[in-house]
Amino acid sequence: MVATTGNISVSHIREILESVTDPEVPVLSVLDLGIVRDIKVNGPVPEIVITPTYTGCPAMDMIRMNIRMALLQHGYKEVNITTVLSPAWTTDWMSEAGKEKLRAYGIAPPHPKQQVCDMRLFDEEAVQCPHCQSYQTRRISEFGSTACKALYQCNNCQEPFDYFKCH
Amino acid sequence: MDNRNFSDYILHLADNVLILGQRNSEWCGHGPVLEQDIAITNISLDLIGQARSLYQYAAELVGNGATEDTLAYLRDARQFKNCLLVEQPNGDWAHTITRQFLFSVYQRLLYTKLLQHSDSRLAAIAEKSLKEVTYHVRWSSEWVIRLGDGTAESNERMCKAVETLWPYTGELFLPSSYEAALGKEGLTVNVSSLQADWEQQVREIFSEATLPYPPSGIWMQRGGKEGIHTEHLGYILAEMQFMQRAYPGLEW
Repeated sequence: MVATTGNISVSHIREILESVTDPEVPVLSVLDLGIVRDIKVNGPVPEIVITPTYTGCPAMDMIRMNIRMALLQHGYKEVNITTVLSPAWTTDWMSEAGKEKLRAYGIAPPHPKQQVCDMRLFDEEAVQCPHCQSYQTRRISEFGSTACKALYQCNNCQEPFDYFKCH
Repeated sequence: MDNRNFSDYILHLADNVLILGQRNSEWCGHGPVLEQDIAITNISLDLIGQARSLYQYAAELVGNGATEDTLAYLRDARQFKNCLLVEQPNGDWAHTITRQFLFSVYQRLLYTKLLQHSDSRLAAIAEKSLKEVTYHVRWSSEWVIRLGDGTAESNERMCKAVETLWPYTGELFLPSSYEAALGKEGLTVNVSSLQADWEQQVREIFSEATLPYPPSGIWMQRGGKEGIHTEHLGYILAEMQFMQRAYPGLEW
């Protein structure tokens, strides 16, 4: 379907955004990730409001471009992409489907119980190994391959894995 | 509100995190172990991301064609308003950890206050940054304890780092001219009010790390917030700004 002026629906744009993925975690769409905060279709040019996961996330520029490209492919020649910082993104906004996709991809999804990092030192969350489901895991490093992940290893199957950390 | 004071204040906040981010990034590829190399460069990324949000805002306030890039790459040392602490050299891992810890504890207290700032854009930047800063405080606190309460050598190195960096902590709690001016209008955080909490938190971690807390009355350096820097800043800028100075307007 190619959209024309006056024929823009939020649901159609949502459908298109479902195909735009995080370049660092290609199994997650921008909707799964929870960074699309609003879709406005009041005028002839749709507006998509996004929020960054981390302030320094280098994927944001690429995500912005990919959103633009995907919409262009569906006939939206113009689109406004605006960025908001508040309320700050949290892993609470990640969809349940997104968490399942992460697990299947080999990344432990953010813990549902403790979404916001607290100040307890030397404290390790019980993170479930995405490979063998064991909770006997240990943190190798608080900071992993991207800003949003920590590095863990499973004591049971010995596999190292990424944990999409609470935020 | 005097716009110049407010834009100076935003630049001060931006310069703090840019310069510390740039310093930490010097560890990239040189960390003591791979995981910590990744950790310190992740922290750099957070700090530079925070700096971008602040510079983008400052550029709008400054006007005259300023952008986040011109503010970062085309100002000279006297125009930078960062605290002296963040420009101090990396030294060994103990120095880098101590510098990060002393600054992160301060930044967390400051940004928590900024959440209530009447300027909603600044409050939003603080809110966004605060979660990242919390991770930095936790990570650096753990390292202070690990090294301070580690071996005789790691303890000695930590003592030396604290001794070297301590004189640069006083400035954190001394309002600059623009902070004082904004303070009269209730448009900034009174940084001296953060000192007691900062001292208590640092004292707790030092105590757990078996590190002596420095005695009061130590001579404190100042000037960074007003553009009077140690000799180190010029070298940082020489490296950081080289490309834009040599090839003006260059883009990736």
